[in-house]
Amino acid sequence: MSDAIAVEGAHKRYGEKRALDGLDLRVRRGAVHGVLGPNGAGKTTAVRILSTLLRPDGGRVEVAGFDVRDEAAEVRRRIGLLGQHAAVDEELGGRQNLEMFGRLHHLGARRSGTRADELLERFGLAGTGRKPVKRYSGGMRRRLDLAACLITDPEVLFLDEPTTGLDPRGRTEVWSAVRSLAAGGTTILLTTQYLEEADQLADRISLVDGGRVVAEGTADRLKDRVGGDRIDVVVRDAGRLGEAARLLGDQVSVDEDRRLLGAPAPDRMGTLSRAVRALEEAGIEAEDIAVRRPTLDEVFLALTGTAPRAHTTTGAGVAA
Amino acid sequence: MRTSTAAGPGRIGWALADSWTMTRRELAHWARQPVQPAVALVFPVMLLLMFNYLVGGGRGVDGDNTAFLVPGMLALTMAFGLEGTMLAVTQDLTKGVIDRFRSMPMASGAVLVGRSAADMLQSVAALAVMTGVGHALGWRWHHGPEAAVAAFGLLLLLRFAMLWIGIHLAMVAGRPEMVQAVQILVWPVGFLSNVFASPESMPGRLGAVVEWNPMSATATAVRDLFGNPGGTGGSWAAEHAGLLAVLWPLALVAVFFPLAVGRFARLSR
Ligand SMILES: Nc1ncnc2c1ncn2[C@@H]1O[C@H](COP(=O)(O)OP(=O)(O)OP(=O)(O)O)[C@@H](O)[C@H]1O
Ligand SMILES: [Mg+2]
Repeated sequence: MSDAIAVEGAHKRYGEKRALDGLDLRVRRGAVHGVLGPNGAGKTTAVRILSTLLRPDGGRVEVAGFDVRDEAAEVRRRIGLLGQHAAVDEELGGRQNLEMFGRLHHLGARRSGTRADELLERFGLAGTGRKPVKRYSGGMRRRLDLAACLITDPEVLFLDEPTTGLDPRGRTEVWSAVRSLAAGGTTILLTTQYLEEADQLADRISLVDGGRVVAEGTADRLKDRVGGDRIDVVVRDAGRLGEAARLLGDQVSVDEDRRLLGAPAPDRMGTLSRAVRALEEAGIEAEDIAVRRPTLDEVFLALTGTAPRAHTTTGAGVAA
Repeated sequence: MRTSTAAGPGRIGWALADSWTMTRRELAHWARQPVQPAVALVFPVMLLLMFNYLVGGGRGVDGDNTAFLVPGMLALTMAFGLEGTMLAVTQDLTKGVIDRFRSMPMASGAVLVGRSAADMLQSVAALAVMTGVGHALGWRWHHGPEAAVAAFGLLLLLRFAMLWIGIHLAMVAGRPEMVQAVQILVWPVGFLSNVFASPESMPGRLGAVVEWNPMSATATAVRDLFGNPGGTGGSWAAEHAGLLAVLWPLALVAVFFPLAVGRFARLSR
């Protein structure tokens, strides 16, 4: 049987800007695939092409064995789309929305109604009544949006930054929904800017930048190559930065302006206490010291040897 | 395992079902936000009252101004419905829900057909209200109910044509700001008609433009059907106003309906 998603050399240009520049993706049926990349990497463009909203300029793009250009109707029958922005009718209530989408999936009036109630129940929205969606909280809206993708149990589900802008509770809710869908055999492609999210949910991860895949592999393999968590040390005396860096090992990044050192922390607390001790013995004073997850920049640095072209931290990229 | 034909009512049947679902969506919007449709009903009534009392009604016609003005205002209301349609479509297209519609296996024109069905319903309501107000002002029809029904049919046909022009322009213009430009242009086109004045009272070339204006054709045909005074100038266009009032809208729909549906299907692809 063919793969659920097969993309070869997909191209998309907006004027001079190459949003996709030879993107390759292969997702087997039933898998959860993470597309990890900074702002402007081309994640949304890829998802919009896969869900038939946008035509690729070139390359082969197939979903569930159907070409997104020539067999868009077949693709649409088999997919669910959770776009980067909510795709529900803001004026209507939650049930009204789901019932409408059920009818448009040709479930008929009665089954549309029962399906709407089932989904509202499942996503904890049963008590929202007639309230229009524009008065929902961000998390509620995201859950309704997700429910709308699941009216007909799609074969392939696209989730574009499903948790961006949600609070930790909303994020956990979306994560557990994704997990239960994956357990049910749905193929899922999700985009994210967070390594942790891709790591938590995805079997395989494609790292994208500049409209192409720059690294690909299982979450575990990529994490091994990135080297797990990181330790940050802010040194009080800028003059002793070099000396401190040598104490922390041989893969240390140095930010002189902020007097900040960063290093891999493979065994978290062990690394932390060794660093504290080494600095103390050398008489180097640390203003701040902490263990944290690697940032997307560090993932890029570790896997590709360069920072991402479309930058995540400064304002150089496109606002989310 | 390529199953490409859906079981059930077939393509046309599903297209109609989808269109009905989208019509219901528009009606649900009205039910939740009744102010906007209410204003759309009040505005033409206000214009009618203004022209009847303040401006003094039709010019260049002997006799009853109100009898000349009311059918013209009905035609004008139908034609200016274009603005409301455009605004609604441009606003709708900026909404995220359109992406969901476009990623679903529904008939691609259904969103637009739903819009047009809702606007037609709104226009029926507008005609009813204006007819009532006209009646209160002393306007009457004289050729019986069948002729009156035919007249309302012609008015709604004009509205239907303007509606698809509006939908198409909305997608070409894209942004709500652009609608304002069209709104400004609609007014001179509206006044270059025989709604307020008979073409005989205008200089020759202008009079010809006015007579060939689709809105003039409808206004003249409707005046004839209602038995209200009109400027029968004896020109070909005026003599055959009834024919033109049918052909003009049909021709416009034949052009703009496929353009609009095609454009929606290709939207930002
Ligand atoms: N409609 C458009 N017109 C012009 N350029 C566009 C358009 N849409 C996207 N781009 C450009 O294409 C590139 C890829 O954009 P895309 O939205 O796919 O990135 P992304 O990875 O989804 O970013 P984000 O994390 O900000 O959502 C960006 O440089 C963006 O500026
Ligand atoms: Mg995006």
